[in-house]
Amino acid sequence: MSSTSLAYLSNNLIYSSLFVFTITFFMHAIETAWSVRGDESATRTNVFDRSKTEKVARIATALMILGFLLLLAGVIVRGLSAHRVPWGNMYEFSITGALAFTGAYLAALKKFELRWLGLPISIAVLLVLGTAITLLYRPSAPLVPALKSTWLVVHVSAAIISGGVFLLANTIAATYLILDRMESRGGRNVWAKRLPTLEALDQLTYRLVAFVFPLWTFAVIAGAIWAESAWGRYWGWDPKETWAFITWVAYAAYLHARVTAGWKGKKAAWLCLFAGSTFLFNYVYVNVWGTGRHTYSGL
Amino acid sequence: MSDNTLELTGVGFFRYLWRQLTSMRTALILLLLLGIGAIPGSIFPQRTQNPMKVREYFINNSDVAEWMDRLKLFDVYGSPWFSAIYLLLFISLIGCVLPRSWEHFKAIGAKPPLTPKNLNRLEFYRVVDCDSTTALANAETWLKKNRFRIRHNLNSISAEKGYARETGNLLFHLSLIVVLIGIGMSSVLGMRGEAIVNIGERFINTPTSYDNLAAGRFFKVENLNPFSLTLTNFKAEYDLGTNAPIDYTLTASVSDVVGGATTTKIVKVNSPLTFSSTRVYLQANGYSPLVTVRDKSNAVIFQGAVPFLPQDANLTSAGTIKIPDMEPQIGFVGSFIPTADRSASRGAFSSFPEALDPRLLLSVFQGDLGMDDGIPQSVYRLDTSKMERIGLKELAIGESYSFNDVGTITFDGYTPWVNLQIVRDPGKQYALVGSILAILGLLISLFTRRRRIWIKIGEVVEVAGLSKNNIEGLEKEIIDLTTWIKER
Ligand code: HEM
Repeated sequence: MSSTSLAYLSNNLIYSSLFVFTITFFMHAIETAWSVRGDESATRTNVFDRSKTEKVARIATALMILGFLLLLAGVIVRGLSAHRVPWGNMYEFSITGALAFTGAYLAALKKFELRWLGLPISIAVLLVLGTAITLLYRPSAPLVPALKSTWLVVHVSAAIISGGVFLLANTIAATYLILDRMESRGGRNVWAKRLPTLEALDQLTYRLVAFVFPLWTFAVIAGAIWAESAWGRYWGWDPKETWAFITWVAYAAYLHARVTAGWKGKKAAWLCLFAGSTFLFNYVYVNVWGTGRHTYSGL
Repeated sequence: MSDNTLELTGVGFFRYLWRQLTSMRTALILLLLLGIGAIPGSIFPQRTQNPMKVREYFINNSDVAEWMDRLKLFDVYGSPWFSAIYLLLFISLIGCVLPRSWEHFKAIGAKPPLTPKNLNRLEFYRVVDCDSTTALANAETWLKKNRFRIRHNLNSISAEKGYARETGNLLFHLSLIVVLIGIGMSSVLGMRGEAIVNIGERFINTPTSYDNLAAGRFFKVENLNPFSLTLTNFKAEYDLGTNAPIDYTLTASVSDVVGGATTTKIVKVNSPLTFSSTRVYLQANGYSPLVTVRDKSNAVIFQGAVPFLPQDANLTSAGTIKIPDMEPQIGFVGSFIPTADRSASRGAFSSFPEALDPRLLLSVFQGDLGMDDGIPQSVYRLDTSKMERIGLKELAIGESYSFNDVGTITFDGYTPWVNLQIVRDPGKQYALVGSILAILGLLISLFTRRRRIWIKIGEVVEVAGLSKNNIEGLEKEIIDLTTWIKER
């Protein structure tokens, strides 16, 4: 197949995944709504009518997997169309980022009881993919020479996966803060009753950060190795590098606060949100408005 | 007596300072400060990265720029305050990690702590309903099978697992020190320089070959490796649709010592040449028009390649040619257009970066070049304040232009040039090894759980556990252990 038809195929796959994620979103919305209603009928015992919601929830998860696979195919075909890894501009970072985010959620779903996160996750994925398609889209093109390196593959894949997990951890930390506020004001809303305990959310955030911190460290180091071979210095305090370092420091502070100073709960959740927002800032602000070698002219 | 107390308080004060500096809270604050301190450097233009932008900033914000400069906001990463944070963090890390490593080393063979008096105050306390005569032996089998360290006490066993957490943690922190040492070595022993070299010419690694050279405080000229490169070919490929560069390939004939045997090497953007800790990078490229300037009597006054600097993505390049040996002196301000095109709005411009249809646009100036007053001048700029323009011409390859009956200039052709960046960085291996060990340490430490289990035979059989760092998983182990004991 020619490059152009591959690029078309990739676009169609990504549109299809957007469509599937939209249905996923509705399924999760229905599931959330039903479990709330079910809860009302069984207020005191805290047991809700699982039979209906369970079926919808399963469909939602199956659709999420389908959307993930379509997106995965779209990202791969995009790479094939340009004869390179599909990480050359912000459109491609965003679709791969959405892929990593759903991937992180689905992987975590196997291990933890996380289906309640489906609704926020599908909203976030829809937002990222929607922005990518409407605002960031660029035709498929080859890479400039400095981006031609195996280290690009290693560095960017590690960074994107880290990004997916950071976002997941942030979603959970934010949920923690919302629920914590609710509880301190006299109890959870009906819809929030089915979410895990605060303790479990806190622990989950920590697990995710502890998992991703070495990966992010690795991503930064791989970037440094690549910079050394392309630009003649492994660290140059380019804005992108500076903010990658700030993110690293912020998560190190989170781990320290949590492990050695015994911070838990609210304080830890805020610190986690702060650390995650330095990552987002780097992605959005530095890529688009910043100066330096990492800005992608024409995005 | 009074002298003595004074001295004691002096020592005591320093000890107090040292303890404060090497406490983990200080280290964390310093680490956060380093992060916060790095922010201004990503917002304001930096001299080391973009001196032009700094100059612009001064012009646009003249009132505050002066003050910001005093705070070193345009040289953040080399500023005294940034270095101070960095150094304090370094000292703090050493001061806290080395003693802890020593403690940990001494504790390598140590036994788990004695069984606490009141086990029921601990987490996961359980009373196990089983035969108390075999309980200890059974528990020991289970603990050994699960590789716990064991200590036998009277009527009880203490067990502990997960020492590797501390080992990994210390490895991580020690590796950070190694990385910091590597970075420090790079900055005091390293050197970096740039040189524009025409294809066909030779570069010999001596200080005079460089257009600019910055070296660390303890770098010595003798440390320059004595290599030489003759650039034989340069090929740039561009995308026909977007004009974006696809690939650059530089071929050079390389010799490790001046006059030694040569080998042919290829240099690309992501694959520099290496001479021990020195590397040669292909950093930028452009064109040097080849010109011959003759005087009235047709004698050659100047002949050669003059590097012009690229002005846009299609490599429209600008430069000057100075002929001080003519009377009066002559200077040319030129524009080299690799693929000539013309439009009503823009005049002559380049439509593709490759030299498919090159043109040389020249303005000729006559007068005083101002080169004799001893102030070094940029070779890319002509000071026309004491000169007047006497001609303007566009030339294709092979064409000549006679100006004012004073002389002629011929556009003979062009040769590409490349900008070589040459970097000596003796610290980077340390930084790399330190980073790899740091990741290793992190993995070991973050994926190891440290926990203790006690089993005690009294009136009943009691089991309890303690997990450091609140990491889950111990509860399941306690359940496993108690079922094991019960079922035996
Ligand atoms: C005075 C200096 C420092 C001391 C005494 C110190 C001490 C510690 C301690 C006790 C832990 C917990 C280990 C555990 O129980 O699992 C820890 C973890 C950690 N520290 Fe530090 N630290 C220092 C500086 C730093 C610095 C400068 C960083 C830079 C990023 C850092 C990054 C981390 C990270 C990421 C962890 C969590 C991972 C792990 O458990 O190994 N620390 N540190």
